[in-house]
Amino acid sequence: MKTKKLIIPYLLWMFLFTLVPLALIISNAFRGADGNFTLEFFRKALEYRSQFFYSLWVAFLSTSICLILAYPLSYFISRSSARAQRTYTMLIMVPMWMNFLLRIRAWVLLLQNGGPVDSLLNIFGIDAQLMGNTTAVVLGMVYEFLPFMILPLCTVMGKIDKSLIEAAQDLGCSKLNVIRKVVFPLSVPGIISGITMVFVPSASTFLVSQYLGGPENRMIGDIIEMLYKSDRNTASAIALCLMVVILAFMVIMNRFGDEEAVGI
Amino acid sequence: MEQKSIVSLRNINVKFDGEVILNNIDLDIRNHEFITLLGPSGCGKTTTLRIIGGFLEPDNGDVFYDGNRINGTPPNKRNVNTVFQKYALFPHLNVFDNVAFGLKLKKLPKDEIKQKVNKMLSIVDLKGYERRSVSKLSGGQQQRVAIARALVCDPDVLLLDEPLGALDLKLRKDMQIELKRIQKMTKKTFVYVTHDQEEALTMSDRVVVMNNGKIEQIGTPIDIYNEPANAFVADFIGEANILDGIMLKDYKVRILGSDFPCVDKGFGENTPVDIVIRPEDIEITTPAEGTIEGDVTGVVFKGVHYEMEVRSKGCIILIHSTVSSPVGSHIGMKVDPNNIHIMRKLFPTPYNEFEAEVTYTDESENTVTIDIEGNEVDLPGYTFEKGTKLRITLPPEGLYVDGDGVGQLSDVYIESVIWKGMHNEIILESDERKWIMHSEQDEQVATYVPICFNFSEASVEVISGEALNED
Repeated sequence: MKTKKLIIPYLLWMFLFTLVPLALIISNAFRGADGNFTLEFFRKALEYRSQFFYSLWVAFLSTSICLILAYPLSYFISRSSARAQRTYTMLIMVPMWMNFLLRIRAWVLLLQNGGPVDSLLNIFGIDAQLMGNTTAVVLGMVYEFLPFMILPLCTVMGKIDKSLIEAAQDLGCSKLNVIRKVVFPLSVPGIISGITMVFVPSASTFLVSQYLGGPENRMIGDIIEMLYKSDRNTASAIALCLMVVILAFMVIMNRFGDEEAVGI
Repeated sequence: MEQKSIVSLRNINVKFDGEVILNNIDLDIRNHEFITLLGPSGCGKTTTLRIIGGFLEPDNGDVFYDGNRINGTPPNKRNVNTVFQKYALFPHLNVFDNVAFGLKLKKLPKDEIKQKVNKMLSIVDLKGYERRSVSKLSGGQQQRVAIARALVCDPDVLLLDEPLGALDLKLRKDMQIELKRIQKMTKKTFVYVTHDQEEALTMSDRVVVMNNGKIEQIGTPIDIYNEPANAFVADFIGEANILDGIMLKDYKVRILGSDFPCVDKGFGENTPVDIVIRPEDIEITTPAEGTIEGDVTGVVFKGVHYEMEVRSKGCIILIHSTVSSPVGSHIGMKVDPNNIHIMRKLFPTPYNEFEAEVTYTDESENTVTIDIEGNEVDLPGYTFEKGTKLRITLPPEGLYVDGDGVGQLSDVYIESVIWKGMHNEIILESDERKWIMHSEQDEQVATYVPICFNFSEASVEVISGEALNED
């Protein structure tokens, strides 16, 4: 009984700061100026569908690249000594101690015309537009969210019993087969949570594309932020659509995870 | 009968962080035998198994398989399979897929895999469990899946690393018989690692007793039980009274002040030796008829026999007998000469002898400081000039482990602890030499302790330099 009482502050917190705002957003999205039910704002929201799909596309690209980069690194880290593991994890965490905005500004400084990267390329006679395109946005996203892919992967891979890997070798697995037949299936829960932790925030984030992207690289997060000042109702409608899509995505991921991941 | 050996280890040495794990291991494993590597934890038995399996490369020495040197061959290229200590079953696969794992890698046709797996599952008594998740199985069932998974690959040699360690006693006994049955049926070579001497005696054709990275004895269970090579083996295998004795001459040994006839010879005259007498080999007599006398201090009924503790001349002697004498009674004991096993001492001398140099002299306190392996140790009662080289003879009682965890020599490795009826005989190894110590306390083998010196019983001899004043 005592434990039940302990949960009251959290329920109160969730009610005030999760459920009430959610209700407000729903109400904003469906209620016109006259206070009646309307789908007008969803019709308006549809105008932004290209940005909507563009956001999902960028999130998909960023998540895929994060996974490709993080997987071998995590495998390497999880196989190293406990001391080395702590050092690597620390190094991965260090950039996160800096303000999000500062890190993005740093990328702007690096990539802008006349910046160090641009100057370096100019020496070799390459004159490229480094900013204001999807590549720059994805680069910023990957930089921001890579730790969120590495950490769950490391945790799950670290839990894989070393003797399982030895058993696989013992039964005839080459090094590659060990990863394919044992490490990969057992790391699926880590992959799922890594994907969720990268995809969800990168689909809804703002600022990254404002700083690193051009006018045509606006993401849905930026649209919501921009619209909210002038047209709160449409912004709420878009936010609601995004929530539904992300919710659907998470349900699918979890379903997939349940099938693949068996008790580790 | 000389059989062909399938795996041979030659002069295998392994070190981890400068610590010797295996010290010149030489071992021939014969085809089709059930051989057990037996020893306390930390003795190097699992390391030996890992070398055969290919999970660890020796620092030097050769591994031969069927006459070919296989150093450097990875585990997946060796025709050897392992049953791991905690089974290491793949949690994402069911029973069938776990067993089929190795066969699928060999790319055998599906129906052949199915047939082989089913046959193996029936050998280990798990027919009908094909679709079960391995995490839902009991310890004994998981164990059998692990054995089936290794055996189905048809290895010539099966390595088993304490496979029964996690099972309860009843199940362990059943599995011992089961394993022996499987080994006989499949005619494979089994290399079995355990610290349980009873398990080793029950199942093995031959037993390899290991301690501290060395092989102490190789022999049939009967050999190592009846003719232990030294006090360590005797102590480790079964229960034994291990006592100090003096070999007076051939066929005559003095134990606890009484002279016993025996069947051993060739030890020289008046040589200190270790004596092993199994508790079941001591016969209870009247005080007048016995070779030695003693007082019964404890009797426990064990079902098949009584276990009695008898105190004789300060020494506790263990007796297993079907007849008992009440606590407090005075009895005589005698032993058939054939049942007195005489062995050379583990430590070459009955005392510690070492050389040390004087680094500091305090004449007013009549104390010098000597250097022992880089540690400064006070030697009271003497005054020597700085730089004098001394030879110090210290009896085993002159060493002790201080309770507060601080010693004059820190991190000394305990190589063996043997109960000698009145005290433990402990052999220690520091950086440069070995030490012998007697202690009432029970210390744990293969751990590190700090030791202290008590020089009151020591004798000190000057090798070089002048003594200012000897006390």
